[in-house]
Amino acid sequence: MSGADPGPRRRFEPPVGDSGEPFWAATRDQRFVLPWCRRCGRAHWYPRERCPHCGGMDIDWREAEGRGLVHAVSVMPKPALPMMAEMVPYTVALVELADGPRMMTNIVADDPWAVAVGDPVVLIWEPLSDGRHLPVFRLEG
Amino acid sequence: MGSDPRTEVRRRSRGAAAIVGAADLVSPTGELDGSTRRLEAQAIQAALDDAGLTMADVDGIFACTGGTFMPSIELAEYLGVQPSWTDATQTGGSSFEVLCEHAAAAIALGHCDVAVIVYAATPKSSFKKGGPGFGGGAQRAAALAGPVSPMVEWELPFGMRAPMGAYALAASRHMAMFGTTPEQLARIAVSTREWATMNPRARLRDPITIADVLASPYEASPLHKLDCCLVTDGAGAVVLTSAERAADCAKGGVFVLGTGTSHTHSMISAMPDLTVTAGAVSGPRAFDMAGITAADVDVLETYDSFTITVLLALEDLGFCAKGEGGPYVADGRLGPGGARPANTNGGGLAYTHPGMYGMFLLVEAVRQLRGECGPRQVPGAEIAVAHGCGGVLSSTSTVVLGTEATR
Repeated sequence: MSGADPGPRRRFEPPVGDSGEPFWAATRDQRFVLPWCRRCGRAHWYPRERCPHCGGMDIDWREAEGRGLVHAVSVMPKPALPMMAEMVPYTVALVELADGPRMMTNIVADDPWAVAVGDPVVLIWEPLSDGRHLPVFRLEG
Repeated sequence: MGSDPRTEVRRRSRGAAAIVGAADLVSPTGELDGSTRRLEAQAIQAALDDAGLTMADVDGIFACTGGTFMPSIELAEYLGVQPSWTDATQTGGSSFEVLCEHAAAAIALGHCDVAVIVYAATPKSSFKKGGPGFGGGAQRAAALAGPVSPMVEWELPFGMRAPMGAYALAASRHMAMFGTTPEQLARIAVSTREWATMNPRARLRDPITIADVLASPYEASPLHKLDCCLVTDGAGAVVLTSAERAADCAKGGVFVLGTGTSHTHSMISAMPDLTVTAGAVSGPRAFDMAGITAADVDVLETYDSFTITVLLALEDLGFCAKGEGGPYVADGRLGPGGARPANTNGGGLAYTHPGMYGMFLLVEAVRQLRGECGPRQVPGAEIAVAHGCGGVLSSTSTVVLGTEATR
């Protein structure tokens, strides 16, 4: 990263848990990776050391598409945390990724109220203060 | 229905235990005086008095809040009770239906004879004194206190208001899949408020219209403020014993005919299907054990943290088909005089909601089956269902209760 002052934090920045380290490491290079089970061949989310589909313990991190469809969406007229006050109104969404799993994210849009279930979305990266990036989405096109 | 081979085993304990005492402490101001421990003790004493029993009779302790680390042990010490059964199962708002299921099973198998289930919380007065209250603040504080949880790592950064945002996502999906409208969800709040106007102990007693609900500000779209439950102080307790001993209690027994519990996820982003709750499992299990269908239910007390919570429960319990909850509620059938009376005390939307509402479902179901409800009494109520829902549509537990005639 450039080392430029990222400015005041606008979000709660996620801690790195037991299973998420490979994901967060890849975000430093703006690479979107998902955990895939080598036994059943399916991706899952959120990251676990045990595949929730088949119980396999051999997890492979692979580059993923970063596209999906809005599965459900809600506009927050008030911030969940005071530090997010300048973001309102903003969307919280569940996105069904082209690679299978569903993840919580934000859809960054000029008009958050217009984001609808079924809309195609693509991944964009929002910088975090420590060089990692947060995966959020925008409407395709 | 009836596909579970263990149903016959579970049916052996149908009606073996009964609720013999029920009490709750609420205030139209939404606030109560005293510590939660004191309120728990008051609620237990009131429920024991209601049953004609004493603390010396109690040998089963069921508590999942209060104290610090070991709720049932700390409570029993405070009360001076040395129980033969202890239970502190925590499933959020459905906990009290789960504890009722456990108590009935423990009594049926002879592990204890007189079980007390209790709950007290004072989020409203606590918030006024500078505490976290209930909801987002309290949940985040708890989440951030421990090791990194999946919720903190994978949900919290995106700023979903908790818990209403989770329910809003489910409502969003239901609307997109089935054409459910904000007006239909609002109708649930309107019907529930109609009941509250008949309950002098309810927090909110002024009638409202669909337009009022839609004009109230969004908490998290598509849910408006009036789609959301209250935050109040409150306490309650129920006492269970065997069917045999119930006959000697002051008001007889309200019998536990069937129970069922399940859960599907902890975080809303991990909910398998946003339009189907664990009620699709717990409801049929409870109904099968009781030997009833939805049509046999006279009064329904179903968790109403949000209007969408009720809509999903109506579908999952089989009162209507999946996706048809919107049209089902639109004629006002949940309200007084309607074909499907529900949440007859005014519910979590208008009566009280200290964070885990399930206790009050049981108390109102008991009162309805005893015929104690005055103007809001459902005439001839013989079978009642208390259906709890906890977490973020995570856990459900269904209890079928019946009068002596239904045993």
